[in-house]
Amino acid sequence: MTVESTAARKPRRSAGTKRTAAKKPPGAQPDLVQLLTPEGKRVKNGEYDAYVADITPEELRGLYRDMVLTRRFDAEATSLQRQGELGLWASLLGQEAAQIGSGRATREDDYVFPTYREHGVAWCRGVDPANLLGMFRGVNNGGWDPNTNNFHLYTIVIGSQTLHATGYAMGVAKDGADSAVIAYFGDGASSQGDVAESFTFSAVYNAPVVFFCQNNQWAISEPTERQTRVPLYQRAQGYGFPGVRVDGNDVLACLAVTKWALERARRGEGPTLVEAFTYRMGAHTTSDDPTKYRADEEREAWEAKDPILRLRTYLEASNHADEGFFAELEAESEALGKRVREVVRAMPDPDRFAIFENAYADGHALVDEERAQFAAYQASFADEGEGKQR
Amino acid sequence: MTAEKMALAKAINESLRTALESDPKVLIMGEDVGKLGGVFRVTDGLQKDFGEERVIDTPLAESGIVGTAIGLALRGYRPVVEIQFDGFVFPAYDQIVTQLAKMHARALGKIKLPVVIRIPYGGGIGAVEHHSESPEALFAHVAGLKVVSPANAGDAYWMMQQAIHSDDPVIFFEPKRRYWDKSEVNREAIPSPLHKARVVREGTDLTLAAYGPMVKVCQEAAAAAQEEGKSLEVLDLRSMSPIDFDSIQASVERTRRLVVVHEAPVFLGTGAEIAARITERCFYHLEAPVLRVGGYHAPYPPARLEDEYLPGLDRVLDAVDRSLAY
Repeated sequence: MTVESTAARKPRRSAGTKRTAAKKPPGAQPDLVQLLTPEGKRVKNGEYDAYVADITPEELRGLYRDMVLTRRFDAEATSLQRQGELGLWASLLGQEAAQIGSGRATREDDYVFPTYREHGVAWCRGVDPANLLGMFRGVNNGGWDPNTNNFHLYTIVIGSQTLHATGYAMGVAKDGADSAVIAYFGDGASSQGDVAESFTFSAVYNAPVVFFCQNNQWAISEPTERQTRVPLYQRAQGYGFPGVRVDGNDVLACLAVTKWALERARRGEGPTLVEAFTYRMGAHTTSDDPTKYRADEEREAWEAKDPILRLRTYLEASNHADEGFFAELEAESEALGKRVREVVRAMPDPDRFAIFENAYADGHALVDEERAQFAAYQASFADEGEGKQR
Repeated sequence: MTAEKMALAKAINESLRTALESDPKVLIMGEDVGKLGGVFRVTDGLQKDFGEERVIDTPLAESGIVGTAIGLALRGYRPVVEIQFDGFVFPAYDQIVTQLAKMHARALGKIKLPVVIRIPYGGGIGAVEHHSESPEALFAHVAGLKVVSPANAGDAYWMMQQAIHSDDPVIFFEPKRRYWDKSEVNREAIPSPLHKARVVREGTDLTLAAYGPMVKVCQEAAAAAQEEGKSLEVLDLRSMSPIDFDSIQASVERTRRLVVVHEAPVFLGTGAEIAARITERCFYHLEAPVLRVGGYHAPYPPARLEDEYLPGLDRVLDAVDRSLAY
């Protein structure tokens, strides 16, 4: 039987409504977990409400602030790239709720394995934004100590970090700790063998890891249909662990579902796949041109579901925030943009001998030899003046 | 208990046992390494004595093995992973090259990746395709990795100890056709540094440099040459990254001739790098160009032809004759 014939048979099956209804237990999850509609209305959810039941107005304002500041930081970075201060920038525009919701669900002792676009999660973990910019400016290839904020280096090779997260989670379980690990990846990465292997390993070892897939609909120019024939969250079923699709533009739902998944991990119930259904409103990176492959109408439709706007509507409607709050945040936002600008412009180029630094932890004879040759070569220009030498 | 004669495979087994006993962070991972003790029985009995939490049978996925080992290392463990055969390492090559080799540098030295990857390598056992290859140059070419290969049981024991203690990732190539060769292991000896070459036979007319399975072939060639009145020095390089060029240079400055021998293809191989660097270092000492003996630029042949492909005593001596004829 070919794949096509299976697909063709589907409508006939669902036409027999009795069978479909019988398969779905009462109160089964809807396809998309949503707690806050695009219009900013709070909707009930029997399964996940409990995870945000005690959230205070102050915490709601906190989520809003996180999203606004992240977007401001991101916009500043894009500008800095246009001004030639950064070599490249991968914008998270549109994915703020997915990142802030999931990031704020983590506990201090949890460990995060990001891609290169998790600026919002980095913000939640307390990573200095300057660290993220150093990499995109080209002064280092990562640079921060992952153990300071339990936030691993950005990983550029697509999907590799899901295996690191799984191994780390295996170690957490061996240590008898109740921490959890969260691995970020995207719809494009879902096609990578490493992601499939991380599902296998985490399942058979029951590792405390949450796979947080931001399905932003586009892997550079390729739509999700080019990656999968089934909704991504359903992949988990084949590996023997639950998969959930959450509205990735709903910060409350992302917070609740991720908390649920992290707590499962802590209780020793193994991995979970969360598919945050969202949209990359900007280009893949500053080198990309989305007008070549997608229609403006699609973006406009998603802008109506903007993650920041809907929380603002909710905050205002429920009197959780007043004009003073929004004005103060606006000022804070501009101050952040200014600080980021100053930090990047003041960021010095690394010493040229940094090429050889940390190639090895225990040293290497060839590196020593080549460093000495490089030094001798550089020293041969000494008569041209000290100013040229660093 | 001082020196004890044992097979090379047993020496690695004993070394892994010592490591598991002395450091609770050491883990063994791989396909069939647990209950079965590995297809070559190198990890025989370890799971029985140290449990499934420390000697871990993994799913059959090499990238997954190395990728999760990286994660475990980030958590503070020291994984020693087994790739079942040389030709099966390539699904993990991406994790090794793009992640394992570079992560320490990417973090500006703030994290360490003490992962050992054991790979039985080389031919001579009449195996099917992908079970007889020598891919060491593909790893030595990558900054951030260290690459070693013992030639005898004593080195196998100590080099494994040193590899596990190393804070850098080490690719540990095990000469599979020498697994059953016995030699002395002295657990109270002070071992040579991991990346230092060793003169295993002194000579005056020419230096043979080899590592892993070819050291024995070179020793036999030197013994045969002795009968013809030629005095060959044999150098066991032990490490392919870094390569101990100082020791090779010192030997060549005495003998003035160098032949490098390995099973791996000669083209762009370890021998090519040695030839280039020794030519730079010893240009005025050399009486002949550095010659190389190794595999051909063709896929590893079916087993019935491997004796034609692998460097043997006669091919080594042929190169010796060509060098001495200059």
